[in-house]
Amino acid sequence: MSTVAKRVVIDGKGVHYTPLNQQIRKAVKDGAEEIVISNVLGQRFIGDGLRGNATIHVYGVPGGDLAIFMSGPTIIVHGNAEHAPGNTMDAGKVVIHGNAGDAVAHSMRGGKVFVRGDIGYRGGIHMKQYEAQCPILVVGGSAQTFLGEYMAGGLLIVLGLNGPVRARDIGSGIHGGEIVIRGDVDAACLATGARKVPLADEDRRRIAPVIREFAGDFGLDPEPLVNAEYTRIIPASARPFVGKYTWE
Amino acid sequence: MTIGSLPPRYRISIDPVRCMECERCIENCSYGVFRRDGDRILVNSRNCTACHRCIACCPRDAISLEEHPCDYRSHPLWTREAREAIYNQARTGKIILAGMGNALDYPVIFDRLVLDACQVTNPSLDPLREPIELRTHIGKKPTRLDLRRREGGDVELQTPLTPNLQVETPIMVGHMSYGAISLNAQVAMARAVTKAGTFMGTGEGGLHSALYPYQDHMIVQVASGRFGVNIDYLERGAAIEIKVGQGAKPGIGGHLPGEKVCADISRTRMIPPGSDAISPAPHHDIYSIEDLAQLVRALKEATEWKKPVFVKIAAVHNAAAIAAGIARSPADAVVIDGFRGGTGAAPRVFRDHVGIPIEAAVASVDKKLREQGIRNEISVIASGGIRGSADVAKAIALGADAVYIGTAALVAMGCRVCGNCYRGLCPWGIATQRPDLVQRLNPDAASEQVANLIHAWTLELAELLGAAGINSIESLRGNRDRLRGYMLDESLMQVLDVRQVGA
Amino acid sequence: MDRKRRTMDGSGIRQALSMMNERGSGEGAGYVAYGIYPDYRDCYALHVFFDNIRENKKVVDATLEQWGTIEHDEAIPTYDQPNLRAVHTPWRYFFKPDPSLALPGSATPEDEIVSALVMRVNAARCGALIVSSGKNLGVFKAGGWPEDVADFYRIEDYEGYTWLAHNRYPTNTPGWWGGAHPFNLLGWSVVHNGEITSYGTNRRYIESFGYTCTMFTDTEVVAYLIDLLMRRHGLDVDLAVRALAPPFWEEIDRMPEAEQEWNRALRLTYASAMMNGPFAIVAADADTMVGFTDRSKLRPMVVGECADRLYISSEEAAIRAMEPRVESITMPAAGEPVIGRVAP
Ligand code: SF4
Ligand code: SF4
Repeated sequence: MSTVAKRVVIDGKGVHYTPLNQQIRKAVKDGAEEIVISNVLGQRFIGDGLRGNATIHVYGVPGGDLAIFMSGPTIIVHGNAEHAPGNTMDAGKVVIHGNAGDAVAHSMRGGKVFVRGDIGYRGGIHMKQYEAQCPILVVGGSAQTFLGEYMAGGLLIVLGLNGPVRARDIGSGIHGGEIVIRGDVDAACLATGARKVPLADEDRRRIAPVIREFAGDFGLDPEPLVNAEYTRIIPASARPFVGKYTWE
Repeated sequence: MTIGSLPPRYRISIDPVRCMECERCIENCSYGVFRRDGDRILVNSRNCTACHRCIACCPRDAISLEEHPCDYRSHPLWTREAREAIYNQARTGKIILAGMGNALDYPVIFDRLVLDACQVTNPSLDPLREPIELRTHIGKKPTRLDLRRREGGDVELQTPLTPNLQVETPIMVGHMSYGAISLNAQVAMARAVTKAGTFMGTGEGGLHSALYPYQDHMIVQVASGRFGVNIDYLERGAAIEIKVGQGAKPGIGGHLPGEKVCADISRTRMIPPGSDAISPAPHHDIYSIEDLAQLVRALKEATEWKKPVFVKIAAVHNAAAIAAGIARSPADAVVIDGFRGGTGAAPRVFRDHVGIPIEAAVASVDKKLREQGIRNEISVIASGGIRGSADVAKAIALGADAVYIGTAALVAMGCRVCGNCYRGLCPWGIATQRPDLVQRLNPDAASEQVANLIHAWTLELAELLGAAGINSIESLRGNRDRLRGYMLDESLMQVLDVRQVGA
Repeated sequence: MDRKRRTMDGSGIRQALSMMNERGSGEGAGYVAYGIYPDYRDCYALHVFFDNIRENKKVVDATLEQWGTIEHDEAIPTYDQPNLRAVHTPWRYFFKPDPSLALPGSATPEDEIVSALVMRVNAARCGALIVSSGKNLGVFKAGGWPEDVADFYRIEDYEGYTWLAHNRYPTNTPGWWGGAHPFNLLGWSVVHNGEITSYGTNRRYIESFGYTCTMFTDTEVVAYLIDLLMRRHGLDVDLAVRALAPPFWEEIDRMPEAEQEWNRALRLTYASAMMNGPFAIVAADADTMVGFTDRSKLRPMVVGECADRLYISSEEAAIRAMEPRVESITMPAAGEPVIGRVAP
């Protein structure tokens, strides 16, 4: 590639993730703004540690740890994703037009992960925020148990568009950030350390742009979602383990 | 009164004849033991932690310290510790946290192993005159090489080598995070390892910008909390270490209490100031050995396969099998942290009762890897309770490639192993973030002390090797024939694969 | 060694070895000769020490027959010596393994079978010890002074083009015939002067490749290391010696880049194969003889040349005893191999 290609197409068929990532890195380095990867099937670590602000379209089913350690780019998955997309991601955006597996957005520190469908267990586990960095995970469908476990910051929204949210033990060990779930959440589904509060108007104002962006990405009508009933779940304390220990 | 007050642990007394009332003790004791009353210095021994700061500062040697000035009725089973733990828990109903390493009186295997020296049948070597090589490479090595001869006889290497860390002495400094210890302490050790041509770990607290100048000698850690971990951090390190477990508290996570998360620590760890920094027990993206391999690959992929990746595990019963599993991943080294490993704070019950000694763990790991023909797939780093060059030599003879030291490096900076690190008041400026205490630790002087320690041990190692007629450290590695067990039982000697003295 | 494969009988080396009796203690000596069994050149010649011929031989017979064909076997002729107590009965088999019985995929199936048999028989301690296992060669050793051992086997009756010999001063296993040098596995035989301080490391390393150390003495690992490096890993003799006695890091650091790269790789890969301690070693196979010392040159080694003949010895006197007209005498540098090759 001698000329600067703004749009680069990569055939991912049968390509191992290392050469695939090498091609992506090279395209980004050469100034590509849009990268299209077709025939992806099971390749892990797509966009691992990648910097820049390119937009990467992934067609097929990428393997686990999509966008792990990523810092900047946008990855749009036209299909399902496996476990832990957005793992320890720093900045950028992941948009998944299907479902995703367990531990979505694990330890995510910044950027956004939008999943149109359902996610598995331990979604948003140990997300954390810092100064201007605030990670956001929005799930269109349902989430499974241990949602927001150990959460230390950031915003996690579950819209439940495909029926009721199945998660139990929500927010176990949560000590920062907030979980917002459309509709009511049975108090029995909350884990110790998590507390249910109503969504105040200022909270709604805060999350509205996120919901609009999500709706925009997936072609949904934003307003009914913005105006729906929500339950907000926050930490009972920023120090969940204080009180468990005594000194020798 | 049901339990009442317990006897003080230490008694401080000041010899009034010697004391010149300079008040240095008052200034230096961060636990508030001393105060002035008219022309006398009064003491409240109950606050004392035996950190020895006052003793080190007193210009007239006027202060003396006595441990356990008041005894309980002696009893072999109902020790003071056992009784006091019960009083504590009866009062609080809580888990007891404690500092530093395992405090139970288990026999030290290192002290029951003796090294060999040459007499007659082969000559000992004099390190002054003859080269004794201590350089060690940490990382995967091929099992065999494909070397081709070109026409004309030049040799061509066909086997690609993965990156290795070149360590000039097999003594590295293990992971102690910024947060657990002060920045001055980290900077001092970083300078020392840079000078000595070896490496140190960042711990799981991120990499402070003050350490960037030494980053080529730093191993950045990725723990379950992922504090301070981003692509920039990963790229800065000379190597990356995944911390799965720690010898002082196998199987559980840890947390840095919110009160220690000051602005600077919050920036380095990338969490809000004042919030608990919680490291969950497992990595929540590792629930099996294949997941571990996946995280190893993710880290390698992120850094374009240029960095060695280590995995640190606590020495537990089946450490050997776990290490064999790790060796089958792209990981380059496994760090085995024995049950004597130090810590800022750990539940006492874990610190004292969970895990196995490093000597047995290293021996069984090395043996298992050799049995499976995969010893070259991974380097073994022993840590947890290495006190001197003899321990280093013994660990290597039992099969380690190198060791991590922790407590020893702190002691080189003044630490008195008082075991109160968790209180954040370390009068030596090590395990504290209080600015006035931190500034007591002069990084220039402290770095020289740590460098001296590594240098001295390195000299001793060279002497030990020379005396054993060995001029290169790789010929000591796993060379258990040069060890003998003294007063060890038969089955333990089998595990260690050493013979007994006289045999 | 004679580079043109012209043979010498064993009387010369017997005399050379006896020149160095000061170095021995009369508790072990031995010889290996190449080219002595031309009639059975395609068979593996197995030299075996039986403790008790009636009891132990049938076990070995049965094992060999299971894995191939015994073309011929017989007692090795021996002649009683007043100073040598014959505690074993030396025997020789000429054996052809059945290559179809080896694990598939092996490049040298017959060698695999024979080396596995040697390991198995020797580890089983069934009153039989296989002391040499190569083609067209044989090891003759026993507990005793060199002359007595030579006369016990009457080695002047054998004609070989390469001879190695050794006089032992044992500290570990005095008198044990198995502990005498040379040590042999398949084509390679080794004699060694010194003590290997890295033995524990080397043994554990070599055992992880399926070798079993059974002779209670350090030299054994050298034979196996050479087999591993050369036969199984395909290194040439120069590189194999370099792996066993590599240059110091200081020297490697000073090498030009390409050379540095492969030297570094060699040291890293074969770190546990590296031999430490004082040693002078001479090893030979059908085509090669190589002598090398430890990296610090703690044991002596002298090389003599005379027309097609190459001599390597601990002492010049031994060379001159065997070849009074020797043309050149040199002392090679530490770790630097002296290699002789016979014409194809
Ligand atoms: S705590 Fe330390 S400084 Fe204070 S009295 Fe005790 S030993 Fe001295
Ligand atoms: S580092 Fe810990 S053990 Fe050492 S002196 Fe400071 S508080 Fe005490």
